[in-house]
Formats: sequence, C-alpha cells, structure tokens
Amino acid sequence: MTYIRPAFHHPALPQNELGYTRKDYEGSISTLCAGCGHDSISAAIVEACFELNIEPHKVAKLSGIGCSSKTPAYFLNQSHGFNSVHGRMPSVATGAYLANTDLLYLGVSGDGDSASIGMGQFVHAIRRSLNITYIVMNNGCYGLTKGQDSATADYGYVAKAGHKNIYEAIDLCGLAIELGAGFVAQSFSGDKKQLIPLIKAAMSYQGFAFLNVLSPCVTFNNNSGSTKSYDYIREHNAVMSGMDFIPVKEEITADYQEDTVREIELHDGSYIRLHKLQQGWNPEDKYAVVNALHKARASHEILTGLLYINNDQMPLHQIIRLTDTPLNKLTEQALVPGAGILDQINASFA
Amino acid sequence: MVKTSEVNPGYFHKVVDCQYACPAHTPVPEYIRLIAAGRYTEAYMINWESNVFPGILGRTCDRPCEPACRRGRVEEQPVAICRLKRVAADFKDEIGHLMPEITVVKNGKKIALIGGGPASLTVARDLAPLGYEIHLYDDQSKAGGMMRSQIPSFRLPESVLDEEVDRILNFGIHRHFNTYVNSMKSMLQSGYDAIFVGTGAPRGKDLTDLPGRWEARTKVHIGIEWLANVAFDHIHKIGKKVIVLGGGNTAMDCCRTARRLGGEDVKVIVRSPFNDMKASPWEKEDAMHEDIPIIDNHVPKSFVVENGELKGMYFEKVMAQYDEKGRRKLIPTGEPPAFYEADEILIAIGQENSFPWIERDLGIEFDEWGLPVIHEKYFSSTLPGVFFGGDAALGPKNIITAVAQGHEAAISIDLYCSGQPLEDRPPAQVNMYSAKMGIHEWSYDSYVTTDPRYAVPQADKSQTLRNRKLEVELGYDLKSAFLEAQRCLNCDVQTVFTDSKCIECDACMDICPTNCITFTEDGPEQELRMRLLVPALNESQDIMVSGPLKTGRVMVKDEDVCLHCGLCAERCPTAAWDMQHFLYNTAKAGQSCYV
Ligand SMILES: Cc1cc2nc3c(=O)[nH]c(=O)nc-3n(C[C@H](O)[C@H](O)[C@H](O)COP(=O)(O)OP(=O)(O)OC[C@H]3O[C@@H](n4cnc5c(N)ncnc54)[C@H](O)[C@@H]3O)c2cc1C
Ligand SMILES: Cc1ncc(C[n+]2csc(CCOP(=O)(O)OP(=O)(O)O)c2C)c(N)n1
Ligand code: SF4
Ligand code: SF4
Ligand code: SF4
Ligand SMILES: [Mg+2]
Repeated sequence: MTYIRPAFHHPALPQNELGYTRKDYEGSISTLCAGCGHDSISAAIVEACFELNIEPHKVAKLSGIGCSSKTPAYFLNQSHGFNSVHGRMPSVATGAYLANTDLLYLGVSGDGDSASIGMGQFVHAIRRSLNITYIVMNNGCYGLTKGQDSATADYGYVAKAGHKNIYEAIDLCGLAIELGAGFVAQSFSGDKKQLIPLIKAAMSYQGFAFLNVLSPCVTFNNNSGSTKSYDYIREHNAVMSGMDFIPVKEEITADYQEDTVREIELHDGSYIRLHKLQQGWNPEDKYAVVNALHKARASHEILTGLLYINNDQMPLHQIIRLTDTPLNKLTEQALVPGAGILDQINASFA
Repeated sequence: MVKTSEVNPGYFHKVVDCQYACPAHTPVPEYIRLIAAGRYTEAYMINWESNVFPGILGRTCDRPCEPACRRGRVEEQPVAICRLKRVAADFKDEIGHLMPEITVVKNGKKIALIGGGPASLTVARDLAPLGYEIHLYDDQSKAGGMMRSQIPSFRLPESVLDEEVDRILNFGIHRHFNTYVNSMKSMLQSGYDAIFVGTGAPRGKDLTDLPGRWEARTKVHIGIEWLANVAFDHIHKIGKKVIVLGGGNTAMDCCRTARRLGGEDVKVIVRSPFNDMKASPWEKEDAMHEDIPIIDNHVPKSFVVENGELKGMYFEKVMAQYDEKGRRKLIPTGEPPAFYEADEILIAIGQENSFPWIERDLGIEFDEWGLPVIHEKYFSSTLPGVFFGGDAALGPKNIITAVAQGHEAAISIDLYCSGQPLEDRPPAQVNMYSAKMGIHEWSYDSYVTTDPRYAVPQADKSQTLRNRKLEVELGYDLKSAFLEAQRCLNCDVQTVFTDSKCIECDACMDICPTNCITFTEDGPEQELRMRLLVPALNESQDIMVSGPLKTGRVMVKDEDVCLHCGLCAERCPTAAWDMQHFLYNTAKAGQSCYV
C-alpha cells in the first residue's frame, strides 16, 4: 500500500535562477481521482512558477470548496494558503490583498464554486479589478459532491446518470470580458503546452487575470454524452493561436509569417508572443472577441488560447490609491501621523 | 522511433539492471523480496538454481550487479545484493529434500570434467540430474579449485565451501582427486562422450627479468602458489616485513594473509595509481583497515640481496598520463629510486593460462597467445566434443563467470550428446503477471525507503589478525537484512503500458517522482531523448516509446531512474499502466525437452 510519493528525485533535475527545482514547487500528494484534469492544472502551476523563478513564499494561494478548490494543497507547499468557504474565495482574496500587495495572489476555484454559489463574489472581484490570477478548473459538474450538473454544463449534454441538461450554460469567459476583466484566457488541462505559458502570462499581468481551464472530471463527467470529456474537448478545441511567454524581450527566431505573429508587452517588461494567429484574430479587440465567443457557442467549438487582453487596465490598489506598504509593516508613526498632520487635513476643509 | 512499449522479454530483462549485469542472470529482486518476507530457503533456492554457490558467492562474489544497481543512480550506494545472498545462505532451513533427484539408471553418456573448480562443478550440477555419468578430475585433494586454494578462509570459511561443493559431489559424481591430467590425448581415448576443461588459469606471473630475482628466490614467492600453500597448510608463517607487489584482489588476499602469518609491517606496492587498481574498492578498504598501506605509482626495479639475505626492493616513481582515448602511460617522475625494506616478497601481478598437457595435434586449436579458440556462447573448442569453461576458456575472471559459462557449456554438452546442433539452445523462461491487488495495493512493497546502505558488521581486528581461519565479516542479522532488503527498488516489477487504453490525461507524467514519463511528438531516438522532461542522457538505459496515441503524440518513458514505485499505475484512471512481476530465468541444460 502506498500513497506516499518517494523522496528521491531525478539526479539531473534542472534548477531555476533561484536554485530551486520543480520539486520545490510541489505540494502534498493529490487525493483527487486518478486522471482528474485538476491534477494536470496543478502540475502546470508548479511548472509555471518554477519557470517564472517565483519565490514560493511570495505567493498566496486561495480557494473555496470543491475538488478544484482542494488543489492548492497539491502545489506550492512553501506558499501561503487559505482554503475558504464555498464560493467565498474572492472576498478572502480581496481582504488579503488589501492587507498586503506584496504577494502574488493565485485564486483557484471550480465551476460550482464560481458560477453558482460564488457568482456574486466572482463578479464583484472582476468589477473591482482585483490584482489576482483567478483560475476556474471547469469540469461542468460538482465533482466533490458526486457530479451534479453545474451552471457551466452545456445545454443538451447527457450526464453519466443518463439525464439531459435542460438549462443553458453560463459562459464564464464572456461574462468576465463583459465585466471588464483585463486578461481572459481559456485552456484545457490536457494541453500543457498552451496552459503553462498562459499561467505564466496571467501571473505576470497587473489586474484581474481570468483563466477558464476545461478540466475533465474522469469519474463523473467523462462519459460519451459529456461535452467536458477528454475526447469531446480534444475534438472541439479551436486554438486561436500558439503562445509563448517571454520574460525579457528577445528577437523572433522561429520563422513565423509576419501577419500571424503578435507581441504584447506587459507592465513588468515581459512579453506575450502569439503566433500562428487565426485569420483576423485580435485579442485586443473586445467586440470581436465577444462575437467570436457567441459564434463558437453556436458551432459547438471551444475557443482556447489568450482570448482577450487589455493592457491599460487599472488594478484595484491603484484605483483606491492604496499604500504600497503591507499593513503589518505600517508603523505606528505612519498610521498615527500626529496632531500637525491632522491640523493640515482639517485646514484643507476650511 | 520504433515502438518499444509492447511486452518484450528482451526489453524487460534489460530493465532489471542487477540481474542483467549478473553473468548468470540471477533473479536478484525476486530473492531479495523473499528475504524481506523471511522466506530464506526459497531465496536460497532461487540463487542455487542460477549461481550454484550462494553461500560462497554471498561472501566472495565480484558482484558486477552492484555497480549496475539502479539505486546507485538515485542515491549514493547500491543495494548490498551480495551480502543479502549470504543472508539467504545463513538462515535457510534444511534443503536436502529440494535437491533434484539423481536417478540410478543413467542415460548411457559419460562425461569427463578436468579441473574441480566452480566451472566444472556447475557442469556436474546441471548434467548429473539428467542421467549423465560424471567423472571429475583434479590435482588437488578436494574439489573447489581456486575457491579452496586461493580464497582465504577469513573471507570464505571452509565449512561453507564444503557444504556447497559436497552437495554437488553427492550427485553421484565419480571423483578422481590428486590426479593431474597430463595428456588430453589419453583422455580422448578413454571412452568419454564429451570432455569439459575447467582447469582455470593456474600460472602466476613472475618478474624473472628483474635484477636480484634469482638471488632472492628463497624469500620471493608467487602469490597464488603461496596462498595455495597456506590453504593446504604447507606454510604457516612469514617474515615481519613483507612487500606485496600488485594491485588486484590476489594482492589483497596475499597482504591480508601475510598479516595473519606474522607479517607486522606489510605493504602493498603497485605500479598504477590507486584508483586504477584492479582490486575491488571493498577489498582495498578491508586491507587498509588491517593497517596495510597501499603505495601506488611505484614500478619494481630490483631486488636487493646482501650477503645472501633479502634486504628489500628498489622502485621507480611514476605518474600516470592518459591520452585522449583514455589509454594510460606511466611516466617516470625522475625522482631517485625509492627503497623499501622487506624480509619476504609476494608477487601478485596476475595469472596466465597454461595448457602443457594438451597436445597440439589433436584438432584443438590455440591462438597466438596460447589460449584455446573457443566459441563465446557455446564454449565449444575446435574439436567436437571438447568444451571449455571458467578461467580456462576466456582467461581469468571470477567465480560467477565460471558458473555462467559452466551452465552454457552444460547445455552444449547435452545438445552434443543428443546429436542436436549447438545453436538449438533452449530459450530463457519468462513469466509475467500483474502485481495489482487493489487501488493502492500491490503484491510487492512499492514504498521507496530512503535508508542509506546498512554496513555488514565485522569481527574485531584484534581477533581476526590472530587466526587466519576466523571469518572477518559476521553477516547481517535478520533486522538489518530486512531493512537492507527493503532498499531494493523491485526493478523486476515492470511498468507495462497499453497504448489503446491511454486517454492522455497526463496523470502519470505529473505524478512520477523522477520525471520518467513524457508525452510528446514522436521523433528519431537521439532527438527524442533530448526533448523529454528531463533529457535521457544515459544511453545505456532504454527508452520505452508507445505507438501513436489519440492526439498523435507518443508516451516516452526513460528507464534510467524509474523507482518502480507504481505511482504511474496508481494514478492512471484507465489502467493503461500496470505493474507486472517479470521473472526471467536463463535456460538450463535439459530444458530443451520441455519446449
Ligand atoms: C587469490 C585469488 C582470490 C580470488 N578471489 C576471488 C573472489 O573473491 N571472488 C571471485 O569471484 N573470484 C575470485 N578469484 C577468481 C576465482 O577463484 C576464479 O576465477 C575461479 O575459481 C575460476 O574457476 P574455474 O572453475 O575456471 O577454475 P579454478 O577454480 O581455477 O579450478 C581449476 C582446478 O583445476 C585444477 N587443475 C588445473 N589443471 C589441471 C590438470 N591438468 N589436471 C587436473 N586438475 C587440474 C586446479 O588445480 C584447480 O583445482 C580469486 C582468484 C585468486 C587467485
Ligand atoms: C455552503 C456550501 N454549500 C454547499 C456545499 C456542498 N458542496 C461542496 S463542493 C460543491 C460543488 C463544487 O463544485 P465545483 O466548484 O465545480 O468543484 P469540483 O468538485 O467540480 O472541482 C458543493 C455544492 C458546501 N460545501 N458548502
Ligand atoms: S470527482 Fe471528478 S473532479 Fe473530483 S477528483 Fe474525481 S475526477 Fe476530479
Ligand atoms: S514506477 Fe512509474 S511513477 Fe514510479 S518512478 Fe517509475 S515511471 Fe515513475
Ligand atoms: S495516467 Fe494513464 S491514461 Fe493518463 S496519460 Fe498516463 S497512461 Fe494515459
Ligand atoms: Mg466542477
């Protein structure tokens, strides 16, 4: 009987600039079902943080309830974490963020956690432009409570238990764009080549970065009538572009055709390079993107890749002119500036 | 590249590193698991079937398996495979009833075995149960060959040797001891259906050309002759100051024996650098532990004899230079020659084959170095019906090689005597079955311990140096034997992949603790190796490649540092991975009748 991961690792495991290996970004061994898409996303997060040379103690991972929300236990063991109540991760994240803008915030949620019970929280976090990478591990069902249809289950799909879904699905990406999220991407747990650079870009983005990752529930939603199964997603995946995340600007070396490459610079100086762009696709054109999402729904396609990016979005701390110093570092002197300053303020109302 | 993921005994055989490296292909992990389970008799029998001398080898084997052990690639030290073998021998029950039956009615074929070392004894072990009448010739008074005449009792107690040698002799072997065979021609005329030559490499090299060698002759001895004289109780003491020349295991046995016969200031002086010495690292350690310095980079120049008395030796100091092909040259440093005092000197600089008793007009061809021309797999000579094995066949090696060659020669003799071509060899016997018992439950202990290698306790030096027959190593007790056995990674429990079941969820790739598994686009092997999660640079290890999966990608598994932990199979939702016991036994003589 094992449920223990051996301590040995590959002797030639590569190290990143901080001298850490991927092992240093791992978490406890997963207790999810074997083959769950969520585990692949965890692995992609590990890889992304390793490649980004992130110091693990500079990350706060937050989640709600669900199989998806359990995953922060399975990556970044050295980071801060908060497993909140069902659907309430956005409030906890907002509070934590206001207290300390020094950390990188990684929110992990499920389609049940965000599109049902937590919908109210989800939309307001976007509206406020919380500076967070918000990943929904979307399997179209409530995995943890044994596979009930969720609000992202597609109309007409046939559940494992046999019934047909009679409600329309909520499109989380469309909703996020509508509400003003500045970074919206869609991907698939089974496509790490696309997912890892997307996570890296999202974590480097200033503002609300939303990642809707289709993530098959092997146990309750991987049947032949499912529209969130490994097979269905692979068959209906319409990749909008290839993507590389480039930490520092460098020459284009691969010989892409000019009109199929697009580069977007992020605020920290890193770049997103889109290549093999679909004809006429422009992720900076909000209206076109919304249009494309509607068309895709009608034609049963799943658009994946970076869907939308607005590089001028103002993150929450700038909107409310928050101090840069974390709360726990604000000294009494800074918090109680004294009578002189108070007089100045009072005088300003005179 | 070409798909390698289908079930293929040749592929899986190579994955079991220790067994693959063992000349006799002993199923190592299988017996280690039996030791962990406390089933010592069964562990012994698995060994006995493959290597004939588990008790002897568990103390003396050259252990080519250990440098090959996978564990040495993920941590510092391999599993103590050899000393675990000894555990099986030490703790087994009575095994008489497990021995093959030796029929009274024979098959009518008579075989002569010349030389009574491990090679001949293995042939006897394999052929006697098949009904052959076996005649064993040796010039010594007892069987065992160099295991008896050379390996000192403080490494291999006589009782252990006798037990395993006598077990074979009791298979109704006709013994012709104290009989030196001085003519092959007369052997060929003695009515044997086949003759096996297992006479070893009985001549120790000398330094006849060095000045003073003749004058010093009474105090200078050839190492293997001296050891044999000690073993057979002809020599009981040696001078206080002893120099041993040479850097192989014979030199180590000579110096340690000298310490026990009264040598107080015993030195090993060797031409090559310390790290290039032929002796196994543990033999060197044991010698140094007995206060024997090893002086390297010293080339013998002359023996110094004054007034008919040996005073010592002069050496030229050298240093090693290696050319771009890694070939070594010893360059004199130019320093004045170094003098070392000695009352007696032992020359242990290697052995040679010699066949003065084989006439050269019988059709047995010899090469320019005086070695018989032997088929490397069948161990046949150029004269049909005459076979060679052990040190006599391809030059001096070790016991386990002699055993492996004995098995092959026995197959050849059996085929020859039944009129079948030597290439019609019986195939290896292979058995595979799933280890799965439950979701996280396997029929082997898949947990990977991080315990470092357990040391084998030794008797105190103050005791062992006083009695040349007192065994130095005490062997593991059962508790440390169990813990050491648990260090085995169970490499014979194979990861078996079924392409058609894989849904490419990546779970196995994500969980693998040593990053063995990658799903990627296919390509030529060299290029594919570089594209894995961790590049597969150890080319002596194969990569397992599936056929194209649904997405067109392939699954690639680098065997190099797979821990056989079973996590890939535990995480696979479709049982595309399975862990399967793989038991591989090389063919033995007589098995051809069953296939
Ligand atoms: C000092 C020393 C230490 C060693 N230690 C180890 C060790 O720790 N582990 C290990 O694996 N190997 C060791 N070896 C090597 C090992 O002993 C041999 O490789 C092995 O015994 C070879 O087996 P064999 O059957 O080919 O011949 P041998 O064991 O050499 O037996 C040949 C027998 O034939 C007899 N013989 C020869 N010619 C004739 C003839 N014409 N008529 C009759 N009889 C004849 C010889 O007297 C001898 O008894 C050691 C060798 C030496 C010299
Ligand atoms: C307040 C509250 N209501 C209901 C539940 C029961 N519950 C637990 S998980 C879950 C759904 C989780 O679905 P999702 O977020 O999609 O996660 P998944 O398991 O599918 O990854 C529900 C309804 C709860 N834990 N708390
Ligand atoms: S129930 Fe579904 S979502 Fe939950 S762990 Fe199992 S496969 Fe994943
Ligand atoms: S058994 Fe599987 S999971 Fe374990 S090391 Fe080998 S390939 Fe990796
Ligand atoms: S876990 Fe099984 S199904 Fe998933 S990728 Fe590995 S072999 Fe394929
Ligand atoms: Mg869900």
